[in-house]
Amino acid sequence: MTFAKAITAVRADWRGTDPLPHQRVYYGNHTSNGDMPMIWAVLPPAIRRRTRPVAAADYWLKNPLRAFVGAEVFRAVLIDRRPQARTEDPIALIVAALTEGSSLIIFPEGNRNMGTDPLLPFKSGLYHISRARPDVDLVPAWIANLTAIMPKGEVIPLPLMCTVTFGAPIRAQPDEDKATFLTRAADALAALRPGVPFDSAPPAAPAAAVAARAAP
Amino acid sequence: MNTASSIVLLTIAVLAILVALTALGEYMRARVPAGTTSPSVDTFMMRVQSWWVMVILLALALLIGLPGVLILFALAAFAALREFLTYASKAPSDHYAMALAFYIVLPAQFIFVGQHWDLLFSVFVPVYAFLLLPVISALRGSSDRFLIRVAELQWGLMVCVFCASHVPALMTLAIPGYAGRGPLLIAFLVIVVQAGDLLDFTFGRRFGRRAIAPGLSPRTWEGVAAATLCVGLIGAALSWITPFPPVVAAGMAMVTTLVGMAGSIVLLAIKRDKGVKDWSHLIPGQGGILDQLAGVLFAAPVFYHLTRLVWLP
Repeated sequence: MTFAKAITAVRADWRGTDPLPHQRVYYGNHTSNGDMPMIWAVLPPAIRRRTRPVAAADYWLKNPLRAFVGAEVFRAVLIDRRPQARTEDPIALIVAALTEGSSLIIFPEGNRNMGTDPLLPFKSGLYHISRARPDVDLVPAWIANLTAIMPKGEVIPLPLMCTVTFGAPIRAQPDEDKATFLTRAADALAALRPGVPFDSAPPAAPAAAVAARAAP
Repeated sequence: MNTASSIVLLTIAVLAILVALTALGEYMRARVPAGTTSPSVDTFMMRVQSWWVMVILLALALLIGLPGVLILFALAAFAALREFLTYASKAPSDHYAMALAFYIVLPAQFIFVGQHWDLLFSVFVPVYAFLLLPVISALRGSSDRFLIRVAELQWGLMVCVFCASHVPALMTLAIPGYAGRGPLLIAFLVIVVQAGDLLDFTFGRRFGRRAIAPGLSPRTWEGVAAATLCVGLIGAALSWITPFPPVVAAGMAMVTTLVGMAGSIVLLAIKRDKGVKDWSHLIPGQGGILDQLAGVLFAAPVFYHLTRLVWLP
């Protein structure tokens, strides 16, 4: 953790909310395996202690070291990404963790974003979580620059600065359908994106991304 | 007076000024109505606070001599390059080129200065890094926004590494009759640039009318002119720490401070272009190292070469 902090000089920008000790679900953009530790690292220690990442079982159970780190360091809520093979409903696991009182870190894109669009389409999990626990705030957290620090396949990290920007909390409205809510959640996250070619996005970004960036 | 005692004397004088400025800031803050804040008073206090740190660090480095100054400015260059390249255009295929800039070009440049390899230090970044880094980016095969990426990386190296290395390089100039007094030349450079900044800020607020770069910088022609004249007087008063007679010292101080102000405006334009308020948060609440050092970075090579042209046989 200290190493990751030293390399990236990671810093929190609490733009839309304060680091309050409420129960929350932090949802972020996913470009690198370092994303989750970044959000985790910038949370104040008291909040971090009660915050658990939601992570893919196939990644975190791959070898004993990962299994140890995932379970003992991050206390990850492990979910199975393969609908056919899984025995437990991921939403039930996530909601159970919320019922225990934990805050969560979740990456609703489901997979790492390797393309040039700012965000992949969100999976529906975020909607079901907010439906099940409408009293819990969802806080968007944009992680900037991590792909430039260590693009996939590189071994030497660059000492660039990384910022995690937290936006204003959202909740699913009682009459809101799934698609509307997921679009609103994705827009709230993309709006935190710095108005600069922070990542490796080309200037000819898709119209939706340009609109999201232009939003105040 | 020997060099070390001159440095100590200068440091005490500058610290006395900082005590006065801190007291003045606290007085102004006390006059701000309760429950409100004054952004200009806060900015003033912020700058004074960062000067406390800079003065003490620089004084220690100058007392240590060339190794101290090299390490201080190599660290400053590293922090500045990190701030610059964080916001520069880049692609995954620039990864090796940027790694080379951070881990090889930057330390090599300061080692060349330390070894007194004048010619190599003058051409290493503008010739060798300039030609080599785009080759490395090109070999990775991405031509998307290629010129923008290459140009921004080179620009970052020029400002953050090449310019910064001219500060310790002042100690390697063999000026006749000035042996061993190189640290004082650095003190002169930093004092006139920073004094220009402070005076321009003060005068600009008092009687500044016409903006020098409307819509970009709050600097005014009136503020800059008054500050430059005052810095000329300061330069003349400090001629005893330089190899220059008072009139030349005044001229050098004025040119240097003007270049420094120009550098601040240029880096402000880059910052606005990239849509950032401060380069970083290295010093909490005070912005990044590029916010602090912009003037010195631009002024250093000009001051170095003017000194070299006129005073070296």
